[in-house]
Amino acid sequence: MGNVLKIILQRLALGMLTLLIVSVVIFVAVNLLPGDFAESILGQGATPEAVASIRRDLGLDQPLVVRYFDWLGGVARGDLGSSFAQANFASFTGTNSGTKTVADQIAPRFANTMFLATVTAVIAVPFAIILGIMAALYRNSVFDRATNILTLSSISSPEFFLAYILILFLAVLNPILPSLSNIYDGMAFGDRLEKTLLPALTLTLVVTAHMMRMTRAAIINLLASPYIEMARLKGLSPIRVIVRHALPNALAPIINVIALNLAYLITGVVVVEVVFVYPGIGQLFVDSVKIRDIPVVQACCLIFAAAYILLNLTADIMSILSNPRMRHPK
Amino acid sequence: MMWFAIFLVGLAAIAWAFRFAGQAATGKAPYFRDMTFGVAYGYVIGAAVLAWLAWAYMQGRSVDPLIANKFFFLRIAIEGFIICAIAAWLFRLLGRAVGTGWSRKMFRSMPLTASFGVLTILIYAVLAIFAGVLAPYGQEQIIPGVAANIVPGGDPALGGNPDFPFGTDQIGRDILSRLIYGAQNTVGIAFATTLLAFFLGGTFGFLAATLGGWLDQLLSRAVDVLMAIPSLIFALLLMTIASVWAPRTGIPLTVFMVLIIAVIDSTRVFRLARAVGQNIVVMDYIEAAKLRGEGMGYLVFREILPNATAPLLAEFGLRFCFVFLTIAALSFLGVGIQPPLADWGTMVRDLGGFVNYAQFAPLAATAPLLAAGAIAMLTIAVNFVVDWMLQKSSGLKE
Amino acid sequence: MTEPLLKMRGVKLEGRSDEVWSPIINGIDLTLMRGEVLGLIGESGAGKSTLGLAAMGYTRDGVRINAGTVEFDGIDLLAASAATKRNLLGKRIAYVAQSAAASFNPAHRLMDQHVEGPVQHGVMSRTESESDAIELYRKLRLPDPEQIGFRYPHQVSGGQLQRAMTAMAMSCRPDLIIFDEPTTALDVTTQIEVLASIRDIVEQFNTAAIYITHDLAVVAQMADRIKVLLKGDEVETADTRTMLAAPTQEYTKSLWAVRSFQRPRKPAVIVGAVPVISVQSVDARYGTTPVLHDVSFDLHEGRTVAVVGESGSGKSTAARCIAGLLPPAAGQILLDGQVLPPDYRKRSKDQLRQVQMIYQMADTALNPRMSVGRIIARPVQFYLGLTGAVKRKRVDQLLEQIEMEPTEYYNRLPSELSGGQKQRIGIARALAAEPKFIICDEVTSALDQLVAEGILRLLAKLQDDLHLSYMFITHDLATVRAIADEVVVMKDGRVVERGPKDVMFKPPHDPYTELLLSSVPEMDPDWLTNLLAERGVDDIGGAAVDKM
Repeated sequence: MGNVLKIILQRLALGMLTLLIVSVVIFVAVNLLPGDFAESILGQGATPEAVASIRRDLGLDQPLVVRYFDWLGGVARGDLGSSFAQANFASFTGTNSGTKTVADQIAPRFANTMFLATVTAVIAVPFAIILGIMAALYRNSVFDRATNILTLSSISSPEFFLAYILILFLAVLNPILPSLSNIYDGMAFGDRLEKTLLPALTLTLVVTAHMMRMTRAAIINLLASPYIEMARLKGLSPIRVIVRHALPNALAPIINVIALNLAYLITGVVVVEVVFVYPGIGQLFVDSVKIRDIPVVQACCLIFAAAYILLNLTADIMSILSNPRMRHPK
Repeated sequence: MMWFAIFLVGLAAIAWAFRFAGQAATGKAPYFRDMTFGVAYGYVIGAAVLAWLAWAYMQGRSVDPLIANKFFFLRIAIEGFIICAIAAWLFRLLGRAVGTGWSRKMFRSMPLTASFGVLTILIYAVLAIFAGVLAPYGQEQIIPGVAANIVPGGDPALGGNPDFPFGTDQIGRDILSRLIYGAQNTVGIAFATTLLAFFLGGTFGFLAATLGGWLDQLLSRAVDVLMAIPSLIFALLLMTIASVWAPRTGIPLTVFMVLIIAVIDSTRVFRLARAVGQNIVVMDYIEAAKLRGEGMGYLVFREILPNATAPLLAEFGLRFCFVFLTIAALSFLGVGIQPPLADWGTMVRDLGGFVNYAQFAPLAATAPLLAAGAIAMLTIAVNFVVDWMLQKSSGLKE
Repeated sequence: MTEPLLKMRGVKLEGRSDEVWSPIINGIDLTLMRGEVLGLIGESGAGKSTLGLAAMGYTRDGVRINAGTVEFDGIDLLAASAATKRNLLGKRIAYVAQSAAASFNPAHRLMDQHVEGPVQHGVMSRTESESDAIELYRKLRLPDPEQIGFRYPHQVSGGQLQRAMTAMAMSCRPDLIIFDEPTTALDVTTQIEVLASIRDIVEQFNTAAIYITHDLAVVAQMADRIKVLLKGDEVETADTRTMLAAPTQEYTKSLWAVRSFQRPRKPAVIVGAVPVISVQSVDARYGTTPVLHDVSFDLHEGRTVAVVGESGSGKSTAARCIAGLLPPAAGQILLDGQVLPPDYRKRSKDQLRQVQMIYQMADTALNPRMSVGRIIARPVQFYLGLTGAVKRKRVDQLLEQIEMEPTEYYNRLPSELSGGQKQRIGIARALAAEPKFIICDEVTSALDQLVAEGILRLLAKLQDDLHLSYMFITHDLATVRAIADEVVVMKDGRVVERGPKDVMFKPPHDPYTELLLSSVPEMDPDWLTNLLAERGVDDIGGAAVDKM
């Protein structure tokens, strides 16, 4: 057991290191910007005093390394800095009160995005895995071929295409669900769920297709192994072959598939949130990109990357844990 | 909900009857005898779905405009599906009849999906190359004296104009022309980006595989880090920075976008090229060539690359789809291909609102779907072809 | 006359490749009485495994039975329902697969997998079956029979797993067991124990068996009757002793004759001659793991040294040291009395040319995208600088030397050649460099016996014509007997014994050489019985083998 613990700790350390390097990459990338933020925010006609004041406000007069550690230290304390858009506004009005920090801006939206991702996962994961296993069991049947075409099409379609198709059929032609996801704080859970359902369904379509295909491939791979043939030749019932002999070994690949696809969700939410005007972190990210609100972009980027790394790490560790060779060393 | 449950139970009864009838009619043929209830149930559900589709199609042809409007899109989809299937079938028939022995052999083993894919890719290629000749108007041309927002369909009774079969957009540009130019811009840029990504990723990947050692370690770790950032997010971050650089340097933002996506995507190509390269490098024939004293150039170009083409070609298709979808997503979000270049992603964003008119004027809602569909169609086509290629190379395994 | 247990009549099987069904077995009859062991023998591609599975009424994906009947104890297996078949499989017909390591489910303990059959078929309760398993493990002479069942498959060695699988097949006391090459993947010394265990237990329970193998000597020990297959057709069937003593068909005779090939003895080495290759006290390690200790031997012109040992003995590593792929940690290698640089990258073109290599797997040794002509032409051009028509002429000459028609084969790709032909191309590529010394790394072990013999004869002829020296790496003592002049026996990275072949094959031996030599199955059907009697039944294989 000590061996497994050591490997897991190693993976965790590696994950943290990756995250740290990623934070450097993000920070450096952002600071590759030419000239000065302050100038670009205030535009051409800014007075030198205004520029200098903003610079001081934002700490832009410090050297790069100092700024990085300031930022990193802040992140560690949960302080993601203050938004340029807000700082800009504050310096124009001359007051510093009422400035919203990046963390204040992100927190509620992060919760919304997590809600969307959870709803999607709850629908997509069981659906995809059952479909994938069925396609593998009845491979080359009509069902398998039809799902192959459907999932390939779904993977190939841009998220906004699927989103508009769903809006068309489920919101416009048959007004079952709302096409705008205007969620606000203190909404009843039922209402919230109803408003979230359409974006969640869109994401489900994309993620299910990926997840189903990967599950199918993993199970087919497994069913071709000699020990499954052996189980069949022992005269076991098909259900027992699947439950007792295939599933315990399929766990690792399936967990991997789930984690990978949840990681994929992260990219998916951006477009889907924009289409449905869902107040999540993805939409905030895109808006900030458009107005070049660097601290927000930076923070969102870091959050996305952290979630991504975390999910991949989970997949890694779960598959180590479910490997009998690891659990029962010689 | 209750009705749905009753419906499912009803189907279960039919499934049981179906299996029983099958057993009785065929005198317990092995297929029916060993059929599990689940399979029988599956057949019945499949039949129910087909029946519903047939019913919905007939509804779409109803004389009552309210009902017809409601099922208009389903009707179009079913008709489109059937037309595509027939076109693919005819194309495959043609491919089997003409051409060299090699191409005929290809078409003989080709599934319908792949032949649809090849046909679609060919059509897109022709559209992209000859866009200037085929498009009736210019991509940026605001035609004087023509109204904006003409409804597609070309039927004046429904707000169309026969001169503009796909209608005009919000500032009066011909949508058909913009769709055709979109093929040139969107597909062309995606293709160039993929080529660049392959050049970068492939070169470094093979170098890492053949040389190994510290270079391999360095490149692999760097790629690990870059891949730890979700690609669309990373692309958006870099595009923000590029959008500041672009006006200062005078280089169009689109060039930045090509570079950024190519670099991000080359990490994935690197992984594959390295893995493929490593599989080949351990082969005995490479060892034999090394022991002979062959140089690096001979090893890479004569021994390794010829054996890597098949997996790389399939990967090229997949990467192209990925790049194409990323560019479409960026454009849709407003930070990709910049106006006035006609681009499908941008068109969807601009025309997206029309979807909400579908209930009353279904034709008006087709405009954004056409652009989005154009994107989907090409990626689906490429994926079908790649799927077939992969299945062929994996041989009997599946 | 009692009814046969298994009756197959006119069985035809087809396999699908590239959407086309092609025949694998073209109408075979097979009859098996209770308690009888039938040996099914044939080369790769003869369809013996497919036939073995068909005897259970089972086909793999992409294979179908399209004619004939399979009757087990009066039950028509091909017409039986899935449920009926399931009730027979495992309970009355059991299967032992080629690779036990892959055929045990890695997620469950051996015992759980053992008792599954009896419990599911309602033959025994779990506790009964467990104590029965321990009894079977004891009978199969597995070490620590009380505890071994509670290990996971990856915690048990290959030979032991194969015996545990036999125990599992026995768990319901079936009437018939199909053994599908159960010892092919094992080393010779391990093979003995498994063979002896299987034979004993099958005898003890009077179980009928079909024993599938490509190894004649093995089948001679195990079977009462032998059926020879060739490309899906039956060649002949006879009682084991009759078949061995007097085969009637040409093909069977040629199979038998393979083992008789032995080249004439060469004159002794002239005293004081400079050896072509001299390996002097070579040590080598992978990373920090030592793999070779103080390996030395000499090889003179026109002679063959066979390096023998089981897997992991370091024989291939020695070859890699000589080729310069793994620079030795200590010691040196001399070519014609000159010290060779340890790393091949430091060797001159001429030094590289003098040392050539032929590989075990001809499939991976030839670039699949290059034609035969280009493969052979490259060293001709690279080392000798020949181009154009001269080069072409030389390639044709080389193809003739390896007995392949130049006009027919020049433009072929490796995938269009048979295994033996590919190996010949490998030889031609080595010859094209006009070397003095060729390393042959298990060159015949992936080939069928008849083809392998052809390759050995060709190599012997080339040696006589061109005065080549060979280093022959092999685990197969029959090959050693056929071609070697000198023998080096290796174990755990050390040379255990070395000397001229005649001396080596006569006692007294080093104990390990003795074990190795005596473990190689012989064609005599009484060989195993005699050997076991000689060694004493309780000490099969000896302590040297059973390390677990």
